[in-house]
Amino acid sequence: MVLAPLSRRLALGLAVVMGLGAAAGPSLAQQPPIRIGELNSYSRWAAFTVPYRNGWQLALDEVNAKGVLGGRKIEIVSRDDGATTGDATRVAEELVTRENVSFLFGSFLSNVGVAMADYANQKKILYIAAEPLTDAVTMGQGNRYTFRVRPNNLMQVGMLVEQAKASGAKRWAIVAPNYEYGQSAAEVFKRLLKEKIPGAEVVAEQYPALGKIEAGATVSAIDQARPDGIFNVLFGADLTGFVREGNTRGLFEKKTVLSLLTGEPEWLLPLKDEVPEGWTVTGYPWDEIKDPKHKAFVDAYRAKFNDTPRLGSLLGYMIVHMIRDTIERAGSVDTEAMIKALEDAKFDTVIGPVTMRGLDNQATMGAWVGKLVLKGAAGGMRDWTYLDGAAFMHPEAEVKAARKD
Amino acid sequence: MDLSFIVIQVLNGLASASSLFITACGLTIVFGVTRIVNFAHGSLYMLGAYIAATLVPRLLELSFGPVTFWAGILAAALAVGLIGVLIEVVLLRRIYRAPELFQLLATFGLVLVVQDLVVQAFGPEDILGPRAPGLRAPVEILGRRVPSYELVLIAAGPVVLALVWLLLRRTRFGVLVRAATQDRDMVASLGVNQAVLFTGTLFLGAFLAGLGGALQIPRAPANTGMDLSVIAEAFVVTVVGGMGSVPGAFLAALVIGQLQAFGILVFPKITLVVVFLLMAVVLVLRPYGLFGRPEIVGGGHAVGIASRPGASVRRETMVLLLVAAALAFLPLMGDAYFLKVAIEVLIFALFAFSLQLLIGVGGLVSFGHAAYFGLGAYGAALTVKWAQWPMEAALPAGLLLAGAGAALFGAFVVRLSGIYLAMLTLAAAQILFAVAFQWVEVTGGDNGIVGVWPSSWASGRGAYYLLTLALAVAGILALRRIMDAPFGYTLRAARDSETRAAAIGIATRRHRWLAFTLAGAGAGLAGALYAFSRGSVDPTVLGIPTSVDALTMLLLGGIQTVTGPLVGAAVLHVLRDQIMPLTELWRLVLGLTIIALVLLFPKGLVGTVQAWRERGR
Repeated sequence: MVLAPLSRRLALGLAVVMGLGAAAGPSLAQQPPIRIGELNSYSRWAAFTVPYRNGWQLALDEVNAKGVLGGRKIEIVSRDDGATTGDATRVAEELVTRENVSFLFGSFLSNVGVAMADYANQKKILYIAAEPLTDAVTMGQGNRYTFRVRPNNLMQVGMLVEQAKASGAKRWAIVAPNYEYGQSAAEVFKRLLKEKIPGAEVVAEQYPALGKIEAGATVSAIDQARPDGIFNVLFGADLTGFVREGNTRGLFEKKTVLSLLTGEPEWLLPLKDEVPEGWTVTGYPWDEIKDPKHKAFVDAYRAKFNDTPRLGSLLGYMIVHMIRDTIERAGSVDTEAMIKALEDAKFDTVIGPVTMRGLDNQATMGAWVGKLVLKGAAGGMRDWTYLDGAAFMHPEAEVKAARKD
Repeated sequence: MDLSFIVIQVLNGLASASSLFITACGLTIVFGVTRIVNFAHGSLYMLGAYIAATLVPRLLELSFGPVTFWAGILAAALAVGLIGVLIEVVLLRRIYRAPELFQLLATFGLVLVVQDLVVQAFGPEDILGPRAPGLRAPVEILGRRVPSYELVLIAAGPVVLALVWLLLRRTRFGVLVRAATQDRDMVASLGVNQAVLFTGTLFLGAFLAGLGGALQIPRAPANTGMDLSVIAEAFVVTVVGGMGSVPGAFLAALVIGQLQAFGILVFPKITLVVVFLLMAVVLVLRPYGLFGRPEIVGGGHAVGIASRPGASVRRETMVLLLVAAALAFLPLMGDAYFLKVAIEVLIFALFAFSLQLLIGVGGLVSFGHAAYFGLGAYGAALTVKWAQWPMEAALPAGLLLAGAGAALFGAFVVRLSGIYLAMLTLAAAQILFAVAFQWVEVTGGDNGIVGVWPSSWASGRGAYYLLTLALAVAGILALRRIMDAPFGYTLRAARDSETRAAAIGIATRRHRWLAFTLAGAGAGLAGALYAFSRGSVDPTVLGIPTSVDALTMLLLGGIQTVTGPLVGAAVLHVLRDQIMPLTELWRLVLGLTIIALVLLFPKGLVGTVQAWRERGR
């Protein structure tokens, strides 16, 4: 855990009030460290965010071994964003005004990401979205201060729909959590379905509240519509319950299932041997990627944390390295210089080249698309390919129409 | 919709109903005997699931078979029962005589504590338990597959009902439980060892919660969100069935199970609102639930501001104005973030103070005051978004919407008393929460509404701070005036003895209804100010934690004092602002703080100081 240096008043107050001793001073470097603010849902969405934090800590150690801008260290001040928009923007404000961080990155839920983008625009401070995937972060609510590294919903859904063409499925059912991410993904899917697969229709839609699925009833409601394809956006506990009920009731048999994110270890591992084989998913087959640079990352991660990496780990790792490159190129952490250095910047990352498209501040990072398969006691992916994001991004005209800047 | 599908959906509903009943049954028994509404019941359910999901696979490795599986489920439930005993001995035993509000808060503190401890003990990832051996294969019914485990679950509900019935009817323990449910004091007078009885009841209740959770493991993974999602439904079941009534809980669970199974077909997007709507409707039609009995103790629990004729209102007002004047100089000293925190403190002070009118003066324990805070916030934000009105018009709009909402809900709420009243206010808040959460087209759903910024003259931090200060102080003074007016004293009379107040011709309901409306409007102003201070609103402003915040502030400051909520708001908000960045275990810290307050300083900060001063005199 990175303990931020505490102001004296704060430490004193707490020691008195709560009986917590706290002492951590800033490291004594020759030059003051570069301070970066980070916030994420560490208590509410620990399954993703804890490996993610491990990832950025690993990268931070590597970066600080050499330093940036001639030996300066980077210091990341990390906070819990409370997984709500209100808490997140307050924490962000605290990071900016109290901790004097130069810019911000992080957050998990899409609705929090949208609020953070609005905050960044309002306060004119750079914000790099970590996990929020809704298109809105780079489209409708997008602004010049907000950047995103992960492929957004349109890109990931686009990759999946590409795979679905061959299946011939025409009657589709959608199941998605009823909040920004699920709604946005479902909307994109309906659009792409119309464009890419002529004659296809959506015959059932289920939107359980996030974390509150009635799995049995949802499964039979979908089954009742007799779809030949299912598009799933559920993740976390909702997904696990849905898969188990669906397996038992034979919902997935002889159907094409497209599923966002299910191949990512953070959501796949809890499924254990219930992995629904044959689902077409986006994911992260970390153990099968042979590229030496990536292998070095995996080895270093396993050595340091005695755990296997999740997609969150990779993301955290990549973001901090990209931040390092950007600071080097910008020559300072001034917001305008950083934005200039980020727009259309090319990065050589651990998974290959990634470009930050200046048009909508969306990176071209791709995703691994493949089919789920049971390997021993846990799930994995087979027949996977890495699809570069560039081919699936929003067309230029659409971006210009959607964005206000 | 063909027949087979309807049958399957009914079975799905029955399976959910069974597990819901098993959990809610424990809650209702515990309430019947101890009169404590145990918020932590959901946490016990979650613990049951976690323990079973970890324990059962280990046992199955030793010897695979149905016997091992069910033994593991029972062992997990027993373990949770023992945790319940621990909770009773350490915490609940000390608060049986405390007012309801304190009990609710203490058990809510427990919820926070367990949430963090579970992550520490079981790790952050969801744990999927094993399937039940022998029950893996589905059963074919009318050409559709149904998991055989669901059928077992459907049977489990009535079995538990029968066993509990036998226990309550055929054993000495059961007789005592029923006697205590009917008249606790009489049981005590007859020389029954209450300590043993209560501990036993808690064991039974926790065991049932644990069993409910453990039975879930073949259906859904153990995860950290289970506690709050089940407790809301379990509350609905117990309240609809009648608090303390086991058959009532069974019937209510059946209704709710079917409502959910078919609700998702008709309204796939408003599943959340349906159950709370049911609860509200039942409470309006039958104020004590389906099988509940009117509470015998009425008003005996009320705590509030004493009517001290000697207290000088004028002096207090002067002090308040002086403090406000001093606070007006803050922008000269604090930085932008400091002012932001100060703005929020002022807003919460007004929010908590409006609740004080209800609880401290009126004796109406509202557990859903967030409803009016949120209505104010949404009223302001919707006005800005849809009508494009400026802040000057949106602030009153928020206040009016909240006042109107409070008048509407209040008309029903004031017909009830005690715990049913608290539950109806909770239901009202949850209905509004569900509407804000799921009516995406209007409210923006989870995203809420962004871009709610103040008019340009007030957009600077300092300017908005002064505006908030002016409005909050005005609101507090107005409420203060109301408390000390004859109207306020009438409320106190109704609080201290409803029958006597009624006997001298006071229309208690109408007075309470007015108080409810006024308190709602005050909270609405706070909510509207909050919306503009953040630039956005989202459904969390209507959530249970927001209501709990207001209650905690009240309790922290001292519920029997007038200035308590103001001090409480400042202390709690500043504390949270300082703790949250430091530790991931902030929920643990907050929970323990709440529990410590209930146990050690039931008078709160201001109350304790006052008591010292009075002793010194």
